[in-house]
Amino acid sequence: MSAPVPGVKGGIGQPILRKEDARFVRGKGSYIDDFKFPGMLYLDIARSPYAHAKITSIRTDRALKVPGVLAVITGKDLEAAGLAWMPTLMSDKQMVLPTDTVMYQAQEVVAVVADSRYAAADGAAAVEVDYEPLPVVTDPFKAIEPGAPVIRTDRKEPSNHIWHWETGDRAATDRAFATAPVSVAQDLYIPRIHVSSMETCGCIAQMDPVSGRFTLWMTTQAPHAIRTVFALVTGLPEQNIRVISPDIGGGFGGKVPVYPGYVLASVASIKTGRPVKWIEDRSENLQADSFARDYHIHAEVAAERDGTVTALRVKTLADHGYTDAAANPSKFPAGLFHIITGSYPFAKAFVEVDAAYTNKPPGGIAYRCSFRVTEAVYTIERMMDILAHRLRVDPAELRLKNFIPPEAFPYRSALGWTYDSGNYGAALAKAMEIIDYAGLRREQAEKRRKGELMGIGISSFTEIVGAGPSATFDILGIKMFDSAEVRIHPTGKVLARFGTKSQGQGHETTYAQILAEELGIPADDIRVEEGDTDTAPYGLGTYASRSTPTAGAAAAVAARKIREKGRRIAAHLLEVSPDDVEWKDFAFRVKGVPTKSKTMQEVAFAAYTNHPAGVEAGLEAVDYYDPPNMTYPFGSYICVVDIDTETGQVKVRRFVAVDDCGTIINPMIVDGQIHGGLTMGFAPALLEEIQYDENGNVHGGSFMDYLVPTAVETPNWETAKTVTPSPHHPLGAKGVGESATVGAPPAIVNAVVDALQPYGVEHIDIPIHPWKVWQILHTKRGPAP
Amino acid sequence: MIPPQFEYYAPSSVDEAVALLRRFDGEAKVLAGGHSLIPLMKLRLAEPKALVDINRIPNLAYLREEDGYLWIGATTRTGDLLDSALLRKSYPILTDAAQEIADPLVRNLGTVGGNVCHGDPGNDLPACMLALGAVLSVAGPAGPREIAAAEFYRDTFVTALEPTEILTEVRIPKARSHQGNAYQKIEKRVGDFAIAGAAANLVVDAAGRVETAGIALTGVGPTVVHATAAAAALVGEVPSETHLANAARLAETATDPSGDLRGPVAYKRAMAGVLARRALERALARAKGGS
Repeated sequence: MSAPVPGVKGGIGQPILRKEDARFVRGKGSYIDDFKFPGMLYLDIARSPYAHAKITSIRTDRALKVPGVLAVITGKDLEAAGLAWMPTLMSDKQMVLPTDTVMYQAQEVVAVVADSRYAAADGAAAVEVDYEPLPVVTDPFKAIEPGAPVIRTDRKEPSNHIWHWETGDRAATDRAFATAPVSVAQDLYIPRIHVSSMETCGCIAQMDPVSGRFTLWMTTQAPHAIRTVFALVTGLPEQNIRVISPDIGGGFGGKVPVYPGYVLASVASIKTGRPVKWIEDRSENLQADSFARDYHIHAEVAAERDGTVTALRVKTLADHGYTDAAANPSKFPAGLFHIITGSYPFAKAFVEVDAAYTNKPPGGIAYRCSFRVTEAVYTIERMMDILAHRLRVDPAELRLKNFIPPEAFPYRSALGWTYDSGNYGAALAKAMEIIDYAGLRREQAEKRRKGELMGIGISSFTEIVGAGPSATFDILGIKMFDSAEVRIHPTGKVLARFGTKSQGQGHETTYAQILAEELGIPADDIRVEEGDTDTAPYGLGTYASRSTPTAGAAAAVAARKIREKGRRIAAHLLEVSPDDVEWKDFAFRVKGVPTKSKTMQEVAFAAYTNHPAGVEAGLEAVDYYDPPNMTYPFGSYICVVDIDTETGQVKVRRFVAVDDCGTIINPMIVDGQIHGGLTMGFAPALLEEIQYDENGNVHGGSFMDYLVPTAVETPNWETAKTVTPSPHHPLGAKGVGESATVGAPPAIVNAVVDALQPYGVEHIDIPIHPWKVWQILHTKRGPAP
Repeated sequence: MIPPQFEYYAPSSVDEAVALLRRFDGEAKVLAGGHSLIPLMKLRLAEPKALVDINRIPNLAYLREEDGYLWIGATTRTGDLLDSALLRKSYPILTDAAQEIADPLVRNLGTVGGNVCHGDPGNDLPACMLALGAVLSVAGPAGPREIAAAEFYRDTFVTALEPTEILTEVRIPKARSHQGNAYQKIEKRVGDFAIAGAAANLVVDAAGRVETAGIALTGVGPTVVHATAAAAALVGEVPSETHLANAARLAETATDPSGDLRGPVAYKRAMAGVLARRALERALARAKGGS
């Protein structure tokens, strides 16, 4: 029997408390709006009441007379500086301020700069703009019809069609459908939703007129990329630009894009020579910042009579608002939507997406998901249920029959992805056991006899996260690697800096645990920093569950580089050859004589006080990690709902989530991520939606109408894990922040549709409002008595 | 979300407050809990010249049963309704309703007076006041006057209260034995306005025959809906399931909802009926000594 391996305090797998929470739970975080600088000015924005209108005049004299107002900025002012438009991440362009036409309600029209937040607001209210309304296009299907009013007259193409993208084998897929014994088809609409993070967006821009240094404190998930984009757009030398992303109160994809407010504050600071703060209010955040989803999907699945799936065909219309300001990797305008074959071995598949302009705010960003993966998972998991119902087989059985088997990994999908590892059947079996699936089906049959409505819904999702390999993944040409810079001080304490940026994910803890495990140094002795482009190594930031797959891997690789150097220093201290020293059980040990050893702390001290000849002093390493593949987390969720037959209200009775994100760094953080993600999956399934009327007026532009769930309606989440490590990640980890947001919605919808089986229902679009259920109960023929 | 400039006054008596309202001649607003007024000001939908903060006026917050009535002072917090053992025992409709008002943060500041006199058809307490036959006391330049709740609600945000008047208290006939009442509401999410709500109050005699009935509905019309025909249909009956269903149907007929994000017209109407029936069932059970 071998001796127990000594652990390291705070190493991988330990549910240690989050290091960052010491300040957050005391209210001592430092968010943008907490910063105040001497002489700081405040910026507010007058916005358009119209969704589409010609600006006939702008009068700012009354605004300039408001006490405290120092300056106004209009589109014409920006045009003179070549800044009226800016590029989007998708190589489209977006207005900073309009020169002649507004294209969505709440669009920025005039910026007002004042010496107090109150004066700025009064100034913005005093701006007078005359509009001449233009025809409004809010329906993307109508937008791409011939003769529709063209929204973007600045483009050469006189059309609202932005792009067409397709992948897969169209002909072979069509052939498979033509001969398929069974096929099902369904239209699914995933409406516009908004991440509505606790902190809205904002910045403080400070141009130092003497040194020419420009500093931007900013709510951004990707500070380094922002610095480069600012350098390219403004022509400022990049060494003179410093982007600082302090504590961030949630991002979820909404803090990846550059919004006009950031640019306006920057222009205002350059204009006034003083620091300028811009902080969005909640309505501005909901009405004008990038939205998520808005996909109109037509999906078809072909199968054998026994339920074996054979082909998948999907046609989608994407509503992008007035510009394509999504934040996808350059080569993938529809993101990673082609993960849509999901957990099933479709032999043939074809996916096409068309994108349209409408008079709505820009975007198509994430909502806590990796580049359109939620749309993909929702589609395939709904379609599997529709197929199961059509074939009258149990949806669990249909999934278990079809899953890509564990021995098939690495598995290459029909749409070109190579899944790294998976054991889908194990996750579903575990969820079924925890929730007592067989017992629930018995209860359901009993209830149906009594006329009561209860439903059980399954989602067995496959995610794709960790963008990404440099061969295919870049944003505006910048490859999607990420980085770690690890420095061990003489006393054995560590400073580590990363190119990512936590917005609540707990990087200060997770990264410290990875380094603790790899370096044998307690996590408490490791300080993690991110978000300051002057100090942190270059990276593409945090979104799409990429931090652990990329920067987490970089941490491990950098630590291993340090260990390699440390081995030579340890050999010197132990007076043996480096070849005789190995890193084992958290120390450098002489092979065969494990008691003869040196700790990393001893080696670190020697690195500065007694380093051997031929070895550089110091103990540090940098790694820019280019992942060889994406990682593919997965899981199976089962949801049980009860429906009030009189009111149509849906109550989630139980929700079991079995997740597999490979190696788990901190189980408590992973569970926290899953709880948050499940809640953000529950939200759009039952509550959240931003609607527009035919005049382009936004409904859902404040928390009065945009219903974020509270603790009262949020179900009690039951979580469990299976562990299938990634074969290519240095730690076997996969990323987990978004799995639950992606996996939860179809489980809930499947449960509601399952409950309504006696009414012959195959699909209900989200969000499932009580009135939608009530309409079904009152218009469809119910069960036979 | 920054209101325009306004003046702020914190009078220490009702007379002083009324004098201020008079001075601003309709351009001042009374600030009590502020949970409707302040958001409207932040959105610049309301731009009063002055706020008259009545929170420092002594003796405006109370809840007591005497002289044949339950008296509730205007600045009594809705959270106080929830905490009251007296209400839980004798006026459970108010406990029910207080439980449904937003969340603890709002209930701790929002006042009974504000909820009753704001004139928002989505507020929960007006329906209770109608069902209970409450009378509202107001103070104004011409002195105090009383207005029956049944006469108070004119249109959305329009009530019998003059801009220079202040609601000072509500009084509700003292609970009798064999009286039961209840409030039922459904909403998409806690804190959202009601899809629909229903208040029911029943007094029965020893034989279970209805002597007095009051039914009113929240969120299904331009004002709170006083379902008088539904109530009248129950008086003199020993209510069976059929009677209750019939009254609920009459209540449903009295509604005039508009379709919005909470649902289309037909749904809201139907929910008014469902909730009226549920509230009546509960009220009847309570009148018979149940909970």
